Amino acid sequence: MAFIECRDLHFSYGEETGEVLHGVNLDIERGEFVALLGHNGCGKSTMAKLFNGMLVPTSGTVRVDGIDTAVEDTQLDVRRRVGLVQQNPDNQLVAGIVEEDVAFGPENLGVEPGEIRRRVDAALKAVNMYEYREHAPHKLSGGQKQRIAIAGVIAMETQCIVLDEPTAMLDPRGRQEVMDTITYLNREKGITIVLITHYMDEAVKAGRVVVMDDGQILTDGDPRTVFAQVELLKRHHLDVPQATELIYRLNAAGCTIKGMPLDEQECVAAIASYCGKG
Amino acid sequence: MISDVTMGQFFPGKSVMHRMDPRIKLCLTVYFIVLIFCAKNFVTMAATILVCLAGIALSKVPAKLYIKSLKPILFIVAFTAILNLFYGTGDPLFQLGFVTITKNGILNSIMIAVRIIVLILISSVLTFTTSPTQLTDAIERLLKPLALLHVPVHEFAMMMTIALRFVPTLLEETEKIMAAQKARGADMESGGLVQRIRALIPVLIPLFVSAFRRAFDLATAMESRCYHGGEGRTKMKVLKLGRVDWTAIALCVVYLAAFIVLNILIPPAIVR
Repeated sequence: MAFIECRDLHFSYGEETGEVLHGVNLDIERGEFVALLGHNGCGKSTMAKLFNGMLVPTSGTVRVDGIDTAVEDTQLDVRRRVGLVQQNPDNQLVAGIVEEDVAFGPENLGVEPGEIRRRVDAALKAVNMYEYREHAPHKLSGGQKQRIAIAGVIAMETQCIVLDEPTAMLDPRGRQEVMDTITYLNREKGITIVLITHYMDEAVKAGRVVVMDDGQILTDGDPRTVFAQVELLKRHHLDVPQATELIYRLNAAGCTIKGMPLDEQECVAAIASYCGKG
Repeated sequence: MISDVTMGQFFPGKSVMHRMDPRIKLCLTVYFIVLIFCAKNFVTMAATILVCLAGIALSKVPAKLYIKSLKPILFIVAFTAILNLFYGTGDPLFQLGFVTITKNGILNSIMIAVRIIVLILISSVLTFTTSPTQLTDAIERLLKPLALLHVPVHEFAMMMTIALRFVPTLLEETEKIMAAQKARGADMESGGLVQRIRALIPVLIPLFVSAFRRAFDLATAMESRCYHGGEGRTKMKVLKLGRVDWTAIALCVVYLAAFIVLNILIPPAIVR
């Protein structure tokens, strides 16, 4: 059984806005790093809130670790398994001191004080913010605030973190910090990551890419397979990583470069070998 | 700009005062404010002032900051003192038209001025050495018995924590919006009072809209992190009374006894 199981999800925010999701089926396995792509209004943020029971599907089911998110009584069990990090780093920190903010989740769960201390320290070290534990959040950079938000989630010992465009409001350095943290947590701590983004260069770092369009899943697979479908993505007005785009255009202009590079290094290598061949 | 108000600001440190339990600090602040207003003669008054000065010295916060914290209330002190000057009873020292100045009036106005100044200084010791979070925490715990009477103590404390957390964020945003409106040609500095208040409307409306958006996001974030009210909630930092606190309590009890005895034995400064 998959860790998160979505079956035939339909969702609408109300009569007048119409349906946002039209029958989504998606399984996310334990330990996966999934990037969820799509342009604005395609239903990806809605998906984020469905994963931890903040929203409940109009029809269909979401099961987290076997627990139905629609059941009121077990909602805390769902949320302690799946944490949510939102886009705006300023709006999700509750307390005026970093370590107290990280402690907020475990405090809500009624964990005993000594254990909270241990978890908070461990979480802050995992996101590399331990030396800032006594700072006020408003004096930190966007990337640092986002890492505190991530620490707040892992202090609850969640098994999965859903990040809803966590880098959209950050500068390049902040984006890099957040991406490094996410990759580290996935690789070293085995935490399942669902990264919602519209930066293709972030998506290629994931193990699996799910592309959504108009409330449905367009394509799903490892980054190389997904981005190889340049035509399909273009038809739906979606981008591909810059490196892929370059090779695609070169080939369209008559070159015959092999392979489907996802980042700069691969791109350089592909072009070099093409030129070397003459 | 708005952010350099000294009164009510926290200065992190490791002094005895910083280490004292916030609940004790809060209680002692009230205790000394009551004492300074109960001191009837010069001896008890001077002694209480000395104790407060000792508290200031122990806080290791620069004296400059305490003096700065007095600035905003100097007008009130002067105003109350002058008003008290004219309402003395007893033999007039001198008379100028309808104004009568008596010895009691002078003494009274000095005492009231000193009392207000000490009141501000004592409160400053509390706010300078206690972080807002500690302070709300202390208030929550001290008011906990009221929860039995169905007073929503935890909710109030939570509200205060969030309010304090968002003060700097919203201040920053206000400045940004003001800059944005100025860049569009808004004039905020000239004109009369009414005109200036009117000029604030284009600042306040976007500020409110964004505050609501923040509130929605924050509610989602809190619920996502399993917040479900005060029930079954624990705290990472448990307040525990330490050596500093027991020493402070003991000293204050001894002081209270001495204060009461001296206040009765020595004749009051103002004889009616």
